[in-house]
Parts: sequence; structure tokens; C-alpha cells
Amino acid sequence: MNIALLLQMAAEAGGDRTGLVCDGRRWSYSELFEAAQRAAVVFRDSGAAYVALLDESSEAAPIALFGAALAGIPYVPLNYRLADADLGALIDRIEPALLIGDATRASAIASKRPKALSRSDFQTALKSVSAETVDDSEQPIAAQIFTSGTTSAPKAALLKHTNLMGYILGTVEFMSAAEEEAALVCVPPYHIAGIAALLSSIYSMRKLVLLPAFTPEAWLDLVEAERVTNAFVVPTMLARIVAAQESGHSADVTSLKALAYGGGRMPRELIEIALDRFPETGFTNAYGLTETSSTIALLGPEDHRLAHASTDPMVRERLSSVGQPLPTVEIEIRDDNGQVLPAGEPGEIYVRGEQVSGEYQGKSALIEGGWFPTRDQGYLDGEGYLFLGGRADDVIVRGGENMAPAEIEDALSAHPAVQESAAVGVPSAEWGETVAVAVVLRASAEPISEVDVKEHIRTSLRSSRVPEYVTFVDALPYNEMGKLLRREIKQWFDVH
Amino acid sequence: MKPGAKLKSTACDTEVMVIKACEGSLECGGQPMADEKPDTPAALDQNFSAGTLIGKRYVNADQSLEVLCVRAGAGSLALNGAALEIKDAKPLPSSD
Repeated sequence: MNIALLLQMAAEAGGDRTGLVCDGRRWSYSELFEAAQRAAVVFRDSGAAYVALLDESSEAAPIALFGAALAGIPYVPLNYRLADADLGALIDRIEPALLIGDATRASAIASKRPKALSRSDFQTALKSVSAETVDDSEQPIAAQIFTSGTTSAPKAALLKHTNLMGYILGTVEFMSAAEEEAALVCVPPYHIAGIAALLSSIYSMRKLVLLPAFTPEAWLDLVEAERVTNAFVVPTMLARIVAAQESGHSADVTSLKALAYGGGRMPRELIEIALDRFPETGFTNAYGLTETSSTIALLGPEDHRLAHASTDPMVRERLSSVGQPLPTVEIEIRDDNGQVLPAGEPGEIYVRGEQVSGEYQGKSALIEGGWFPTRDQGYLDGEGYLFLGGRADDVIVRGGENMAPAEIEDALSAHPAVQESAAVGVPSAEWGETVAVAVVLRASAEPISEVDVKEHIRTSLRSSRVPEYVTFVDALPYNEMGKLLRREIKQWFDVH
Repeated sequence: MKPGAKLKSTACDTEVMVIKACEGSLECGGQPMADEKPDTPAALDQNFSAGTLIGKRYVNADQSLEVLCVRAGAGSLALNGAALEIKDAKPLPSSD
């Protein structure tokens, strides 16, 4: 199995249809497939064992992805936002590589200088070879993606062709999009959501509209200009889009039929505002991990509208869930001993299915029966809706007592003066770990003191949850995908 | 037959990829499918000439066999002479 088949079928069935639009450049499906075939020749002749992309979104991403697939070489999209030292270390882990994108930077920061082509050199190289049929290879790995490393050093997650094909064939109907449908992709190419967006759009034959550098204004303008029908955003992007609309940036967004979101926790307040602001749009919450080839559970448009309009607290609560598992995957909640828990009881989320890789370079994290322990915590309700708790690695263990940061953060967010907060565990001689919180206060509210924060937790939770350390900050650190960087917050509390 | 294998019709342009494999002879246009196309096409059986559609999945009665049509053709698919049917797709909301 090879993911290149997805593009090949699109080119075969509708080669003249527009496949991609980026910064005014337009590519038909047959042009994209021919470019991928040429890229396969360039990659094969280079002798590289990896094809890396160090670049913002552009046509180079799908061409490199599918070209690498045809040539039987793993595709490795790299996070260009990483610091030089971290990025250089990742490039050194993929050798020998042919790197496309920021060739100057790659050569400067990697100790083993990789072969590198700038985006325009890549286009020139494609023109210098002729498109030939490069055989589907038996190479099993389609993509190697470095995880974001919010809690530890980045791991190299390996996604096989069978994983990605399992996901696409199980969730997307071929050529199901009408010719005028367009999908706006604003997530970066190194993120699993960026890869999944390319594969899904191409197989359904939507026109891909790429937005290389996200700003809410550019996003709104592009929705209007290209009559975008489908889009995916992370919660922080949605917050900025809504804020831009509120501050008067108007754009015609009536074409937007479907807006999916994921990649981080969606504040309940924000999704309720968005549902009112986009009354004709179907919202879908997607939950997935790099290791699971993207989405494994989703809350669809009907569930959103039902919950939004309902007076039943059980049904309303579903807006805070990530919906139900895809028909093609199984999800279980298990306790620390691996015992399956009944509905309503929180534990660790386990998943299995064709699309689940769970494999890293050097080892597989899959356990007996092909189950993947996600390290995410959550529970399933009686109807099978999945609610997320947080990362198992974020749990604070104070004197043998486990506490989820969300419990403390939720209690703090109920305080009128608190805009947001983050609870982390920091080393303690007495308790092993103790609670520390970073608090962002609302500019409009009366400021509160450290004592007020502690007293609020003591009265709303219990004494073991009371933070030993409290710091007030202007903002919490998030990565570009809206993930809270708890590792950085821990460093704020120098308790040695 | 094994999952991921690609098979070609010997009687028309149809090509399929096996998603779920089972025992038996997979046929198109009334002729057994093969890894490669013959130089001279085999005769198309009129009883199996309804055509295939690209992107559709085809299954046998008990769904022990599932193939994806990756190139359309004039023949129609069968397992040991029993016609395959198009599998109903339950549409999912797009999540990416």
C-alpha cells in the first residue's frame, strides 16, 4: 500500500480540477501528480534515506510528501519554529537526507551538512528530470514526524503507509467533494493535522487553499476570496478569528460549511460564541495524536447544535467532549494496572485500529492486542462520548496523591479575577512533588494576592491542592499549535 | 490475494487494490484478474460488463472480501462468478 495512490486516483479521475492554490499559484491535480512523479526521480537519484521539508506550507509540501512516497523514502517535515540547536539536532538524526526549504539555515545548524535544495532550486530540479513511473516501493514508512516535545525530548513517530491509508480509506469517500468545494489549510506542514489535511482534501478532491502564515485577517480574507467551504483550526486560531471579527474585520464567510478544530483544549465559552457567530457552519471537534495518524474521535455538527440548544445538562456537557470514536477504531479507558474501566470512570485512553502506529524509531509502544496507550487521560460517558482529562505525564504526585492540573486550573478559572492559570508539579523535599501555579489576572478585575489564590483553592477543593508556590504572569507560554508548554512553566519555579 | 495487492483486469481497464482478502478467484469482466495485463485483452463476458467506478469499494455478500477500484473499466467485478456489490459508505464529517 502506498499513499501516492490517493493523488494518482485524483489525477486519473479529475486531472483538470484545481488541486491546490497557494499565494495565487494554482495547480491542477494532474500537474501535482506529475510534479510528484518528477520529485520521485530527484529523490531516488539523490541517494537520500530521508526527504525532509523545512518550510512553511506551499505546493512543495504535497509534492515532497507524494514524491517521497513514490520513491519509497520516508518524508520528514521539520518544525521551522524550533531553536537552532534543537532543530540542528533533529536534522542530525535523519541521515543521509535531502532537505527542501530553508537550505541556508539547515546547512548552518546541522553538524552533518545535509544535501539541501531551496524551494526554487527544488522547482528547477523537478524541471530537469522527466516524469517516469517510479515503482511503488515496499518501504513501509510513509512519514516520520517528530512529536512536539511539550513534556520531554521530541520522539520520532513513524507512520506507515498502511496507517495513513487506513485513516483516509476509513474516513473519506473518494471524490465526494463537489468541484466548488475548497479546504483552507493553515496548520503547518510538520504537524500531523497538516499532513492529514493534504491527504483528506486530495482524496475527496477538494481544492486545497494553503495559508502559509496564519493571521486571523488573512484567514478571513482567504475564506471570502476562495469561497472556502471547509477549514481546520486550533482553538487559539479560532479565538483570534472571533476577536478579529469583533474588532470590525468583516469578510463574507457564508461559504464556510464545515469548521473542524482540535490540537488543544477548546474553552467552552469560545465554542459557544463561535456557534453563534457562524450559525450556518457545521462544527467538528477532532481528537487525535501524531501516533494515531490524526483523528480517532470526533464530535460532529449535529452534536454541537444539539448540545448548544439543549437545556439538559448531560447533553450540554457534550460540548466539552471530543465526541465518539471513529467507526474504524476502538477506544478503552484503563486504570494504572491496565484493567478496563467502566463508563464514567477516568483513566488512561487506549486505542487500536489500522491507523494507529504507536511506533517510534527504535521501539514500538504498542502492547498486547495491538493497543496503544496514549498517555492521555479521560473517560467515556454512558453514550460513548469521550472526555479528555489531560496528559498522564502532567499529573502532579504530591505525597503519593495524584492530582490532575485541570482540577486546580478549573477551580481557579471560576474566580472572577483569574483569566487563566496553569498548575504544575515542582520538586519538594517533603512531598516528592508539590503544586505550583502560574496565574494570569484579568486586566479589568481587581487584582488578588497569593494568599487569595491559596484561600480560593482551599475553599473550593481541599488543602492538598493548595499551591505552595504562586506566581503572577502576563501570559502563559503556548506553542504555535496552542499547546501549553508546561515544561517552561516548571522552570519558572526555581525551588532549589 | 493479500491486503494492499493491486490486481488488473485482463478484459478491460479496471484496476483494484485489495483491502480485505479472502480465498477464491477475483474476476473482472468474467475473467480472472492478474498482476499484469496481458498483451491481448481477454474477451469481456457480457454478463459482467456493467462497469466499475473509480474510488468505490466492492464487497462480496458476507463482506469477507473488500477491494477498492483504483481505475475504472468496462467490466464488472465478481468472486468465483458471484457479482460483487458496491459497499455503502457512511459519510463522516470532515475532521481535517
